[in-house]
Amino acid sequence: MAHSGPMTDWRKAKLPVFAFLAPATILYTLFMIYPLIDSIRLSFYTTPSGGDLTFVGLENYRTILSDPDWAATFWNSFWNNMKFFAVHMLVQNPIGIALAAVLSLPRLKFRNTYRTLIFMPTMLSVVIVGFIWQLILSPVWGVGADILDIVGLKSLFGPWLGKEGSALITLAFISVWQWVGIPMMLIYAALLAIPEDLVDAAIVDGATHFEVFWHIKMPLILPTVAMVSILTFVGNFNAFDLVYAVKGALAGPNFSSDIMGTLFYRTFFGYQLQLGSPTLGATIASLMFLIILAGVLFYLFVVQRRMSRYQL
Amino acid sequence: MALNVRKDHASRAVIVHAVLLSYTLIALYPVFLIVINAFKSRKGIFREPMALPTTQTFSLSGFEKVLDKADFGTYFFNSISVTVVTIVVVLLLAAMAAWALSEYKFPLNTALAIYLAIGIMVPIRLGTVSILSLMVDLGLVNTLTSLVLVYVAQGLPLAIFILTEFMHQIPKDLKEAARCDGVGEFKIFFAIILPLVRPAVATVAVFTMIPIWNDLWFPLILAPGDGKQTITLGVQQFIGQYVTDWNAVLASLSLAIIPILILYLIFSRQLIRGLTSGAVK
Repeated sequence: MAHSGPMTDWRKAKLPVFAFLAPATILYTLFMIYPLIDSIRLSFYTTPSGGDLTFVGLENYRTILSDPDWAATFWNSFWNNMKFFAVHMLVQNPIGIALAAVLSLPRLKFRNTYRTLIFMPTMLSVVIVGFIWQLILSPVWGVGADILDIVGLKSLFGPWLGKEGSALITLAFISVWQWVGIPMMLIYAALLAIPEDLVDAAIVDGATHFEVFWHIKMPLILPTVAMVSILTFVGNFNAFDLVYAVKGALAGPNFSSDIMGTLFYRTFFGYQLQLGSPTLGATIASLMFLIILAGVLFYLFVVQRRMSRYQL
Repeated sequence: MALNVRKDHASRAVIVHAVLLSYTLIALYPVFLIVINAFKSRKGIFREPMALPTTQTFSLSGFEKVLDKADFGTYFFNSISVTVVTIVVVLLLAAMAAWALSEYKFPLNTALAIYLAIGIMVPIRLGTVSILSLMVDLGLVNTLTSLVLVYVAQGLPLAIFILTEFMHQIPKDLKEAARCDGVGEFKIFFAIILPLVRPAVATVAVFTMIPIWNDLWFPLILAPGDGKQTITLGVQQFIGQYVTDWNAVLASLSLAIIPILILYLIFSRQLIRGLTSGAVK
């Protein structure tokens, strides 16, 4: 953090400093940090038939990772989450970068209009977006097939959301459709920060806009691309809303669209004949925490360190 | 030669606009399709799904059903109250904390800044089991207050981070001059600093608002009961109940979409400026 000159010594203003910091710190600690730590604590306990908390050490983790039923469910949701993430990395972020590159071309007309309209789906609620696409892809209505017919691909249409092999990927594409505006905006902002003379010099030397983007701009925005990637990774674990809206807590068909968020919800609240278990739910949340932590640490210590930053 | 170059530019512009127009169509058409069909009769929805409503197919029966069976006014009111109260609290508390972090030198300043930033990367949902039992202990289950408390905790880390960066840019002379005149520390913050951070307010408000307005998870867990639903949960429950009634489903979706679209078009300038400025560079 760059500081503009020496800061004021707090001893001259003890009461104000305390009064400024206390409300935010207390609310944040009470409703965010304490629940996170308490959830991790709960993951080491069990409540036998609704009784008192009993310490069981790593027993809950052993159950989830090695009990045949639990392990299959857990790893299914884990790999589904990874596929969901992969679709976002391979489809959403490249489209976002491409749109940002086109939008930042010099002398582009209607730039702001395009930007505003393309960002619009991001403003809608995930639940609403889920229902919109559920209707459009519904074979009962058939409008999805009609749209494909316009581009001559009607034969490709199928009940994608209802099939075991395609439900998860279809949900991932729906999510990409909604969120592509975020990488677009962040990359666009990074592209705007590149000094114009750098680009102009290359253009005068005869480089095309594509070459300028690929060889000059892309290396400069790599730190932003890395940041977008880690945001995508963390956001992936919040994807509960979409799956729950479209497929319900059972994440069908046959758990093929089950991700860690829906597994957490089912484990905590129970479903059909299985009773909900706060302690097993807390264990799943703690495992998600470990996965996110691994991703963030990888970003901080491997990706960020290797990245060269250019002072502009 | 000059003519060729101009031709080149023209054809390049055509390709660029074709690309942007196609993507705009992909982004908007699904929403457009839902909204136009909400104004049609059942027959119109199924026979001519892609056509605009005509005098023969125009019908408001879906909206009548929705307004009759569900209390969308209350849902909107709930969502708006929760969002507005949260934004105001987050902005005020985050600005205060950010000011203290950027202005005063005290032991563990950096440690506290890092502690407050943890929440940017760790989703608050992971603490749901304990949040629910905390709300049960506090007697706040099924109240909008429980949502506000959770959303404030969720919004603070990023808001503090953005505002701290912003406050580093405030010129020193301003506050030094005030201190020389003997103005108190509280007054410096509320009378001089707070008005100065107004440009960052848009950014913070956007980042705070979008996830709250759209959230399904916490309304589902903390406030699912009658009369306390947010608009997102209300629509989800309504559609779950009337899933086969296409008129009602389309109308309820449109009722959730249209106000957001109008708000978005009014505020898009500030919103996008917020997204593309300052903190995210």
